Amino acid sequence: MKALFHGKQMFRLKTGLLLVCLSAPVMAWAVDDPSEMLPDPKQERQAEAIGAQLRCLVCQNESIEDSSAGLARDLRKVVREHVARGESSQQVIDWMVARYGNFIRLSPPVTIATLLLWGMPVLALLIGIVSAVMIFRRRTATPEPLSEAERARLRELGDGR
Amino acid sequence: MSSEQTPPDDQNVVTRRRLLLGVPLLGGAGICGVAFWKMLAGMQTGSFNPHDINAPVTGRPVPDFTLPDQTPGTGFATADLKALTRPVLINFFASWCIPCIAEMEALLTLQKQLPIWGVAYKDKPENAAGLLKHAGNPYARIGSDREGRVAIDWGVSGVPESFLIAPGGMIVWHSAAGLDSPEVRDSLKNALKAVGG
Repeated sequence: MKALFHGKQMFRLKTGLLLVCLSAPVMAWAVDDPSEMLPDPKQERQAEAIGAQLRCLVCQNESIEDSSAGLARDLRKVVREHVARGESSQQVIDWMVARYGNFIRLSPPVTIATLLLWGMPVLALLIGIVSAVMIFRRRTATPEPLSEAERARLRELGDGR
Repeated sequence: MSSEQTPPDDQNVVTRRRLLLGVPLLGGAGICGVAFWKMLAGMQTGSFNPHDINAPVTGRPVPDFTLPDQTPGTGFATADLKALTRPVLINFFASWCIPCIAEMEALLTLQKQLPIWGVAYKDKPENAAGLLKHAGNPYARIGSDREGRVAIDWGVSGVPESFLIAPGGMIVWHSAAGLDSPEVRDSLKNALKAVGG
């Protein structure tokens, strides 16, 4: 197997991250290009809400609404065209999923393949409760019973019953 | 508070219960281990790529589109792919895309066995033509997708991207990685065999 990051790749990664950080204000500019926005503020809000749920397939961890990649811009345009036609948010997302699969959704739907992903918080809680109960039981079971002398001393201190 | 010690019988019950609890944990770990091993094996043979976007268009007929001519070839449309009698490879490329240029040599070799139709993705026609003049032209037909809108209907997320079209216009194989990779070429060869190419 190849190592996760070679020295050169690590350097590239670091430079890449630096560039992303430095260009952050510029990226915000690109997305807020007023010419991209729909004239109807209600429709624009709907388009922004849809775009926030769609993954930019180039940057992969950004939504298309946050990304300045060319494809993200194209997809934002497509979303706005559909919204302007009066389509529902679900219809637009379905259109995208038909072309790019569930991968384009930043929040994956609950399916058999994602059951473990969605069930993990509940599963982790259950494991936590079970281990807590087991540890608690073991702790309460271990202390040696007090001897008669200890009991007498406890009574003397005024705490024994 | 009771002052009795746990009798040995109870302790046995506790151990047995603990063992029973361990079975699903071990089983779960076993399943995860096998799945992880399969994943790693798949990454090595090229059958699994975690960065790949599994195009849902695979297994579907080609989408509706029309592409104008891109020099030095002629454009094509849905009907042309549906009228096919032998498999064709659709390759999205651009002159501004370094991996596409790296892929050209492999495409020039491949076009001797399998016709390749190119789509110039978000490229100036003169730039795309310039690339093909210098690197060689592996494409039997070339269309221009200036705005990148046809690519979206194909589920293209970046160039190069290739699709194998079976006779009749069915998309049977897809790769978001360049054909200069031997793993991708092997995978294409297998897909081609399956459709009798």
